[in-house]
Amino acid sequence: MLAEYLKIVFRNLGLRRTRSILTTIGIFIGIAAIVALISITYGMRVMIEEEFERLGKDRIIVTAGGGRYMLASLIAAVPLTEKDLEIVRDARGVEIATGILYKATQVNYKGEAKFAQVVGVVPQDLDVFKGAFEITKGRKLERDNEYAAIVGYELHVGSFFSKPVKLGDELEMFDKKFKVVGILERTGNKIDDSVVVVPLKVLRELSGIEDEITFIYVKTKSGYDPTKVAETIEEKLRKARNEKHGEESFYVQTSEQLLQRANLILALVELVLVGIASISLLVGGIGIMNTMYTNVLERTREIGIMKAVGARSSDVMLVFLLESGILGLLGGIVGVLLGTGVAIGIERLAIAQRITGFRAYLGLDLLLGALLFSFFVGVISGTLPARHAAKLNPVEALRYE
Amino acid sequence: MSREVIIEMQHVAKIYKSGEVEVHALRDVTLRVRRGEFLVIMGKSGSGKSTCLYLMGCLDVPTKGKVMIDGRDTRDMSEAELARLRGSRIGFVFQQFNLIPTLNVWENIELPLIFQGKSASERRKKVSRLIKEMELEHRVLHTPNQLSGGEQQRVAIARALVSDPEIILADEPTGNLDSKTGSQIIKLLKRINRERNTTIVVVTHDRELASQADRIILLKDGKVVGERRGRS
Repeated sequence: MLAEYLKIVFRNLGLRRTRSILTTIGIFIGIAAIVALISITYGMRVMIEEEFERLGKDRIIVTAGGGRYMLASLIAAVPLTEKDLEIVRDARGVEIATGILYKATQVNYKGEAKFAQVVGVVPQDLDVFKGAFEITKGRKLERDNEYAAIVGYELHVGSFFSKPVKLGDELEMFDKKFKVVGILERTGNKIDDSVVVVPLKVLRELSGIEDEITFIYVKTKSGYDPTKVAETIEEKLRKARNEKHGEESFYVQTSEQLLQRANLILALVELVLVGIASISLLVGGIGIMNTMYTNVLERTREIGIMKAVGARSSDVMLVFLLESGILGLLGGIVGVLLGTGVAIGIERLAIAQRITGFRAYLGLDLLLGALLFSFFVGVISGTLPARHAAKLNPVEALRYE
Repeated sequence: MSREVIIEMQHVAKIYKSGEVEVHALRDVTLRVRRGEFLVIMGKSGSGKSTCLYLMGCLDVPTKGKVMIDGRDTRDMSEAELARLRGSRIGFVFQQFNLIPTLNVWENIELPLIFQGKSASERRKKVSRLIKEMELEHRVLHTPNQLSGGEQQRVAIARALVSDPEIILADEPTGNLDSKTGSQIIKLLKRINRERNTTIVVVTHDRELASQADRIILLKDGKVVGERRGRS
């Protein structure tokens, strides 16, 4: 019976083709926006999660600056020091802790000078931190005191300096020559891919920064809960630095917390954007309602005929609900196609920007869900007009001119 | 004429409200229609004859009085029951033909069976039989606006007959047709009445049509003012 009703519905929509198409515009813009949004944010979430999975969940990062309160982070930017590193090392559950120093300085390559982030690391510590500063070509840093550098991917492909930096080339920093011994694995993040990594000891000697540490990187012992270890570290540092709870000038975060933070930000962005898209859907829904009221009015007589030949009010209601549902669905089909196109376009753009690991999510659940949702929007929008149609008195409907 | 009563109206009044204005379409109508009867209701426009027909057809219920179909009061029936009654036991034929413009001939005839939830094979059987009977084979896939008035009315009659109803109610069935085509439609109705023993109630101005009736009832200002036997 549904098939016969659908036939009636498609005849009517076909007869009023222009009106039907115009009506669906509101829906397809909204659906396209939602599909593209969910596809992209889901893809980003997967990318972030994979990144964290790669780095490991047993990591803790200690940074200077109160992370919890904006004001605290502005006032009390007391840098971390080697002494803090020692305290972190001694905390229960810490397998290894290493200090990393970031210093922006001028780097010369083949007569070209540019400012770059130079990263000082302790070579032997890094072996433990799988996934961080991984090498794609050449070798790792081996000794504390070698004048060797590992360069980020952007330098290697030649999009930092005008010429690509190759293994065996020389970079000049602090009036000293560094031999390029390795190329970092691409992270997909342009800033992280534009660094120059050197031994920490060498960087301290040349820059004169003796004690400061940009952040402390911790790996927890297996069997320890990273969250507990992070709390221990926080407590110890608070005591050592003589700071009150809630007014710390440092911030301890587990990789899990970082992930949650990233996901929270993503979820907020998603919420705002989906909210905006929903307004378009609401307007589209009102468009369907308007069209359906017009259709009901135009077909008043037809409704009378249907009732005269034995249609119950519920049959009339069903025919009109199907009609508005199909209007929504038609918009949904165009919207899903358009949204998929936008998502794929953004994925291409990301690849062109050398952002690795990002894939637009286009699962069947999203696409079918969007179609179902668009049908549902149509049905909801058509409810009032369909009820109006169903309630028409057959005699008055038949007399309607 | 001792056949059983199929439609009975007892002191029926019907008031339509349009805004503030009350229209007394029927004031006090009492009449009986017997099974197999060919009844014609005549009267000037505004006499309430169409309202009378719609009440018999369960398209509406009276404001006062009773309309009984086979002894059952229509006011005691639910909306769905009335719809089922209209679909299965009553067939309507209108002056304006009232076909669904978007559906073709076949689909228009099939419509009552769809609302009754009949199977596709049963629908096919019944519709094809009627298409043949009404000589519409060459028009099956045409839409109403591609048909002549006579053809449209034949489609409407086929639609009215498709669920083998006991009663056919026709509102000015020849009113929009030329006299020749009108005559054919009258013959058709008469044949249906005779061959199928279908009860037929027709509202009309048409004297030729009235002459075919077993009985003629005259309405004026919502009341029965006269009744006479037809040619038989």
